[in-house]
Amino acid sequence: MATRVETGNTQVTTKPALFSVALIAGWLVPGLGHVIAKRPRRGAILFVTITLMFALGLLMQAKLYVADPSDLLEMLGFVGDLGSGLLYMVSRFADLGHGAVQVVTADYGTKFVVVAGLLNFIAAIDAHNLRIGRKL
Amino acid sequence: MTFTPSHFTAVLLFATFASIVFGITQRSAPKAMFRYGAYCWVLFVFSVIAGSWIMYFIKH
Repeated sequence: MATRVETGNTQVTTKPALFSVALIAGWLVPGLGHVIAKRPRRGAILFVTITLMFALGLLMQAKLYVADPSDLLEMLGFVGDLGSGLLYMVSRFADLGHGAVQVVTADYGTKFVVVAGLLNFIAAIDAHNLRIGRKL
Repeated sequence: MTFTPSHFTAVLLFATFASIVFGITQRSAPKAMFRYGAYCWVLFVFSVIAGSWIMYFIKH
């Protein structure tokens, strides 16, 4: 969405940046993008929801995917996991995930972690839309 | 420490988390967010129950 800005006698048409601070912050920390977009209550609810989903997934002994270009399914899982931003990076650094799914709850947990990341992608894009005025 | 929910508990948790995010991100007004979130939650849970009964009748 282009916005028109009047500066004196001239009109300048500007395009919003493809990646805003709200988008990147919202990806790194769930809900932070909404706080930057001046929607702190929405941001707090998103932070609690996505973090709790990710944490419960880990408690269910979820597998954390790693980047493996030779395995397409592993890469898809990695992209989903990476959506959680710092939650995923810290969890990988702290070695919290399990290498293989061995019990049925671990399979649920793996899906919880992947979906928490995908939901965080949606939340970050929503924060970006709020920030640039595309959404109220 | 581990968390080992039943399949149905996992469904309820999943539906709750996903519906909250869908409600906040897909609607603008608080009332509409709540209604859309509740709508998504009902769809999640009842589609799982319906799918479970369909699989039960396929097997039996």
